[in-house]
Amino acid sequence: MNKFTLTALALAFLSSTAFAGTTAITNAHIYTSGKNGEIASGTIVISNGKIVDVGVNARVPNGASVIDAKGKIVTPGLYAAGTNLGAVEIELVSQTNDNATHNQTLSAAFDISYGIDSDSIVIPVARLGGVTRALVTPVGGDSDGRELLFAGQAAIISLAEGSAPVIKPRAAMVLELGETGAARAGGARGSAIAALRADLDDARWYAGHRRSYDSGSTRELRLSKQDLEALAPVVRGHTPLIISVHRAADIREVLKLAKQYRLKVVLTGVEEGWMVAGELAQAKIPVMLNPTANLPGSFEMRASTMDNAARLEQAGVTIAFANGDGGHRAREGRYNAGNAVAHGLPYAKALAALTINPASMFGDNRSVGSIERGKQADIVIWSGDPLEPLSEAEAVFIAGESQPMTSRPNELAKRYKSLGQPMPPAYKN
Amino acid sequence: MRNLNLFAVVTAAALLLAGCATTDDMPAPKPTGPNLDPQIDANPFPSTYKPLPSVPTALVGATIFTGTGQKIDNGTVLLRDGKIEAVGANISVPADFKSVDAKGKWITPGIIDAHSHLGVYPQPGVDAVSDGNEATSPNTAQVWAEHSVWPQDEAFNAVRRGGVTTMLVLPGSANLFGGRSVTLKNVPSITMQGMKFPGAPYGLKMACGENPKRVYGSKGGAPSTRMGNVAGYRAAWLEAAEYAKKWDAYRASEGKGDMPSRDLKLDTLAGVLKGEILVQNHCYRADEMAVMIDIAKEFGYKITAFHHGSEAYKIADLLAKEDICVATWAGWWGFKVESIDGVAENAALVHAAGGCAVIHSDDPILAQRLNQEAAAALAAGRKIGLNISEADAIKWITANPAKMLGILSKTGTLENGKMADVVVWSANPLSVYALAEKVYIDGALTYDRSDKNYQPKSDFMIDRKVGGTE
Repeated sequence: MNKFTLTALALAFLSSTAFAGTTAITNAHIYTSGKNGEIASGTIVISNGKIVDVGVNARVPNGASVIDAKGKIVTPGLYAAGTNLGAVEIELVSQTNDNATHNQTLSAAFDISYGIDSDSIVIPVARLGGVTRALVTPVGGDSDGRELLFAGQAAIISLAEGSAPVIKPRAAMVLELGETGAARAGGARGSAIAALRADLDDARWYAGHRRSYDSGSTRELRLSKQDLEALAPVVRGHTPLIISVHRAADIREVLKLAKQYRLKVVLTGVEEGWMVAGELAQAKIPVMLNPTANLPGSFEMRASTMDNAARLEQAGVTIAFANGDGGHRAREGRYNAGNAVAHGLPYAKALAALTINPASMFGDNRSVGSIERGKQADIVIWSGDPLEPLSEAEAVFIAGESQPMTSRPNELAKRYKSLGQPMPPAYKN
Repeated sequence: MRNLNLFAVVTAAALLLAGCATTDDMPAPKPTGPNLDPQIDANPFPSTYKPLPSVPTALVGATIFTGTGQKIDNGTVLLRDGKIEAVGANISVPADFKSVDAKGKWITPGIIDAHSHLGVYPQPGVDAVSDGNEATSPNTAQVWAEHSVWPQDEAFNAVRRGGVTTMLVLPGSANLFGGRSVTLKNVPSITMQGMKFPGAPYGLKMACGENPKRVYGSKGGAPSTRMGNVAGYRAAWLEAAEYAKKWDAYRASEGKGDMPSRDLKLDTLAGVLKGEILVQNHCYRADEMAVMIDIAKEFGYKITAFHHGSEAYKIADLLAKEDICVATWAGWWGFKVESIDGVAENAALVHAAGGCAVIHSDDPILAQRLNQEAAAALAAGRKIGLNISEADAIKWITANPAKMLGILSKTGTLENGKMADVVVWSANPLSVYALAEKVYIDGALTYDRSDKNYQPKSDFMIDRKVGGTE
């Protein structure tokens, strides 16, 4: 057996060397986010990028490389739901923003997966915070004068160094209702919902009449062929429709719509969700939220509260954390989860909202989201409690590969750590 | 400041009020006419702040971060008549004190947010109440943030639940000179004056870089470049220096010369040149901060702090030498080109160079958790080998912002005689699970997590179906 300490491991894998053969992480305090729950001291065996065994009694195969976690906490890689990682490099440089279309003739067809930059400097920063997977979601372009409702299609990406990031393009459709949707649809909620119904009706018709459409015998349709094509799997209930919505009254409208059209809806925002928690639970509609969104920032979130996450979970709603602060702050999702715990959310549920729950919402839970046999080995070893700002990820594995534990900001900080040298910092590599 | 120049008062009073006598025994009369001399009443919107009712209180048995870099185990803090009477490990509780069992709790000075827009960009964020940027001219030194503050902003209550007892409310950064800042004590109040921190100096918000040039350049005006920004600062300081000179000459003439025309914009800038108003300078890039330092030297004023200062770590030695504080974040970076080199290690590197590091919010959500942001900044510094104690990191949100606001002699640390601005936490405040349980401002219990009678909410929240505790 080859024994590695964590430090040696970090050094050995600085250049993202692939794990050859089998690896075992031993003496690990494992939060599996799976059926095994919490394992106070156990072993994870990884082979060919997959988890082949996990548990108190998991056997370390002969010849395996062994990483002694020394009792540290090990979790699944974190899942950043509702981020712009890889799609926005610098928010105020519009040329580097690929998360919104301003095209007046295209909405649902907008596909964010084509604009993901695998070499974004933002991705390693998130990864250092333990994020290994993300749902990258479009946002609505200018609402002024743009009458198309859908923001477009989201993609699932992996944050692994040196590989194509897009795991699943077109993983969900995104739509904004509430004040934003109203502004886009003519200034009132009544027009937004009416337009949405018309679009869904059109998409249903289109999905059943493609041949008629192509032969020119069609009814009048609001959307382009491309948009209708993108909506077809949504109206069939295959592709999740993420709806951004905030106030309780709007959530109720969405519940009616989801039921009537048999949509697979995931809500996001949902600051007043606690007021309709029972209805959400009954409708089995999962929710992405930022647990720190507690201010009445607009007239549609006057009842925002730090208790939202705990109350929704208590009522039986599946929740995932989406920080809503952009990709640059995706690393803070774990702190937000900690704040939800401080306000009543059980710890294991908070971890689930950072791992298995978002994976489940977007059909990614067969691959990732928990430390269970057969899943991809997306695993983080932490210096302490992962929800604490004073803790750091010490090692991050994606598909079993050890990830480089550095980022451009880290390199900058190290470059300027010793000022006043004879030669300018530009000479430091 | 109100009775600085008796002779000028007499002259002006004679001029304005025709015959109203003033003697050494009488306070200067408040002029009822237009105030033509800026020295007569330099404080026309005086603080009416009065501490809430308090009883002598002893917080007993806590772990205490004093804000001076010390940590005291099993310590006691005595609060009486709004002041800190004693802090230490071996303090007996006087009989007339209300004793609060703080065993297992942690205590810090009240958190100070050195960069806030509460009240000027209140909740809800609709145009009707968004009053933080007078983006109509690159130099609006004549505007005062306090005239935009809406005391019913619910965020005041939210950040108090995060331990914030004092904040610097600034105008926005659209302009080269954005206007005067105001320092507020975080007490519920019907009026802005009822929150004004007594005796706190005014600040002047200045802004470098992208914002002014974008706001005015996009309107086809000036400035549209960074060199345009600098020309704008220098032209304004020249004008202010001439204005100050005119007033100096007038005062030297003992009232015999012609009184110069008063200019509200130049009053503020001249106040900076006289050292009475502190410069609070929004600036991200290291090279631009160095230029701002030279401008300050050219015109003889001091920069108190750079705000945001994403690249402060590149010139941490210079900033320490010039005694300029840096108010920054741990987690915010990369949202614009001038913040692309922002690093989580910034505060720790500034601190390690011997400088004055401050963790600020610029945001009503983050302001509720400045303690956690300090923890993230500390963790980042430790990760690159900087050996910084938790007690020192607490200074980034207490003593150092107090210094930056010019109020360190009054608050910011737990030292005898200072304002009793104190937070009792449920756990180590650098933990994500720590909640502020009790917040004392000037010795008065202002928030108590376990007592509904001490959980104020703004008028805006009345009749809302708010079922959460916060």
